[in-house]
Amino acid sequence: MKHIISVLVENRFGSLNRVAAMFSARGFNLESISIGETEDPEISRMTIVTRGDDQIINQVLKQLNRLIDTIKVTDLTRQPHVERELLLMTLKLSKSTQHEIFELINVFKGKVVDIKQKSITIEVIGSPDKINTSIDIFKPYGIKELARSGVVAIHRGE
Amino acid sequence: MHNTGQILNGSEIFFECLRRENVEYIFGYPGGSLLKVYETLHDIEDIRHILVRHEQGATHMAEGYARATGKPGVVLVTSGPGATNTVTGIANAYMDSSPIVVFTGQVPSSLIGNDAFQEADIVGITRPITKHNFLVKDVRELAITIRKAFYLATTGRPGPVVVDMPKDVLAATCPFEWPETVEIRGFKPTFKCHKNQVEKAAHKIAKAKRPLLYVGGGVITAEASEELRTLAVRYNIPVTMTLQGLGAFPGNHPLSMGMLGMHGTYWANQSVNNCDLLIAVGARFDDRVTGKIDAFATQAYKIHNDIDPTNVDKNIKVDLPIVGDSKDFLATLLEEMPEKTEGHESWLAEIEKWRKKCPLSYSLEPDSLKTEFVIEEVSKETAGNAVVVTDVGQHQMWTSQFYTFMNPRSIISSGGLGTMGYGLPAAIGAAFGITDRPVVLFCGDGGFMMNIQELVTAVYNRIPVKIFLINNSYLGMVRQWQELFHKEKYSFTDLGDSNPDFVKLAEAFGCKALMADNPENAKKAIKIALDYNEGPVLVDCRVVRKDMVFPMVPAGGAISDMLLARLNPKTMV
Ligand SMILES: Cc1ncc(C[n+]2csc(CCOP(=O)(O)OP(=O)(O)O)c2C)c(N)n1
Ligand SMILES: [Mg+2]
Repeated sequence: MKHIISVLVENRFGSLNRVAAMFSARGFNLESISIGETEDPEISRMTIVTRGDDQIINQVLKQLNRLIDTIKVTDLTRQPHVERELLLMTLKLSKSTQHEIFELINVFKGKVVDIKQKSITIEVIGSPDKINTSIDIFKPYGIKELARSGVVAIHRGE
Repeated sequence: MHNTGQILNGSEIFFECLRRENVEYIFGYPGGSLLKVYETLHDIEDIRHILVRHEQGATHMAEGYARATGKPGVVLVTSGPGATNTVTGIANAYMDSSPIVVFTGQVPSSLIGNDAFQEADIVGITRPITKHNFLVKDVRELAITIRKAFYLATTGRPGPVVVDMPKDVLAATCPFEWPETVEIRGFKPTFKCHKNQVEKAAHKIAKAKRPLLYVGGGVITAEASEELRTLAVRYNIPVTMTLQGLGAFPGNHPLSMGMLGMHGTYWANQSVNNCDLLIAVGARFDDRVTGKIDAFATQAYKIHNDIDPTNVDKNIKVDLPIVGDSKDFLATLLEEMPEKTEGHESWLAEIEKWRKKCPLSYSLEPDSLKTEFVIEEVSKETAGNAVVVTDVGQHQMWTSQFYTFMNPRSIISSGGLGTMGYGLPAAIGAAFGITDRPVVLFCGDGGFMMNIQELVTAVYNRIPVKIFLINNSYLGMVRQWQELFHKEKYSFTDLGDSNPDFVKLAEAFGCKALMADNPENAKKAIKIALDYNEGPVLVDCRVVRKDMVFPMVPAGGAISDMLLARLNPKTMV
């Protein structure tokens, strides 16, 4: 099963490497990992998406905790949380497709970030599911390039 | 001794920190990035620097010292090749949870990342084999980093820590500050066991009909042998130990089952197979212990105490996990246990039957020498009180079977990594730390050659290690697997034509050396070696060449697959 794990780490060189290296050394699945500073500049938040049965996820959580640079490890999967991913995508553009593409951007509540004669760059924000769907839907129009941020997630407030 | 607030350079700060950590010995080797450090060292008298002959030797010495004394071992090496030479020793300490702190010189900060002369990214290289590691980028960070390094290496589950120190940091100056306490917010090991869980454990133990204590190195680290002994003896619970756990419970006690696992005793493994309650304390269900997971202790309710939560439910799913210090666990357990439980007489009688059915034995002939005999003799002559160091191979397993370990911190052996070449330097390190008990090394002829250069270190420092070179002229353990599982294709394991004359070799190093090839001259040589304390002594024990260690549970096999004798009895010994 898929799990989203939120990890607070020391904002220090090597922290990301330690976490990523631990996943590869122990053969854990690592679907995505993203990292950024928190409200405290000494602490970064990592969001990790991984897969495994309960026993494996249990080990993942414990091994993460064991790293000295990790301050707090939370499995968000079974708790109320929000997850978002950012998609940036450049599509082929032509007179004939222009209209449909703009309509679809609206459907996905996306934004146009750049537009040229023969291409358009858009952004879509949403759950990984929504991002997957939008990629599927835009595919027929010709995706020239695409980048996904990986998931970031956080507890829902009280 | 320097005061806080005094302006010092990085090298002076380095030694001042070691002083405050009560470091007695540094095992080291100089080089370009450490010139400033060795300049400072020249005038230091209260910390002894031991010059090794290879940096791998330094790491094993530090580990031998740490395991024998319980104090952290300290290594100092230069950048690049000096640092990479420590990798095996660091990995070894990591696998066996030994507290060592390895200081590596590094190229000047401004050159890091430029493929500078003698640059190696040792922090990157050692990341997966250290408990933690540091690159010190500013001299003002040096003291706190060293403080943290010692704290991490020795607290909770011990392990190796690397501190990488660029050359310019070691020369830069700042006011010296010594942090009395350390606070690492990401490191909070659980010492206290959960009371309810321990209560539950007590309840289970009180009701068990066929309980078994399975004890690992954690009990030795936690210095919990006394609590273990009280528990076992008071409630008549048999004790089996891992390689690292040997000595946690006296080997001559009727409740001692000896070692379990691949080369464990028949009765220990049968007990595991038949117990209804397995109490694992400071042990990690290593694959050399469990063999086939699905067939391991299938009838048992399993209690597992370990200070490292990752060890729990890693290899084996247990019924009652108890994270915490093993001393706290055993002490709390003793409080929670009822005054008396049933005596387990029939269970112990059953075990006795297994013990009688397949005892550890060997045949003795007047004109040939057996490893088992050498080890047993040394065991008798030292009354089980020596610090016993081994290398890796058949002789190591025989040591676990035929030396009767009486005290904790008595076996120093590479268990997790299985590092040939570990024995000699580890024994030297142990002998630096322990001077009131003999330090004995059993070493194979293969492994001895892997760090032979450290014989110089022993001779020069007059370290009285007693080296019993178990010379079968074979990479014996590999030969054993070839005979049993690889169609008797003895590929590259026969050292008969290539081994040196070990007596002459040792003498060339300035080491006293003797030869033994039968029980009678072996007995004499053992006495001489144990009485000789002017420096190291080597006994070249020319043992029978093709002996085999039994019992043996084949890798991944169940205990029922245990081999008790050669498959092809015609093979000549
Ligand atoms: C550094 C290293 N290389 C290879 C091995 C694989 N290995 C395990 S035991 C062994 C044979 C050891 O031979 P020896 O030192 O003579 O001891 P014996 O088994 O004969 O007692 C080998 C090659 C190892 N454990 N460590
Ligand atoms: Mg050999």
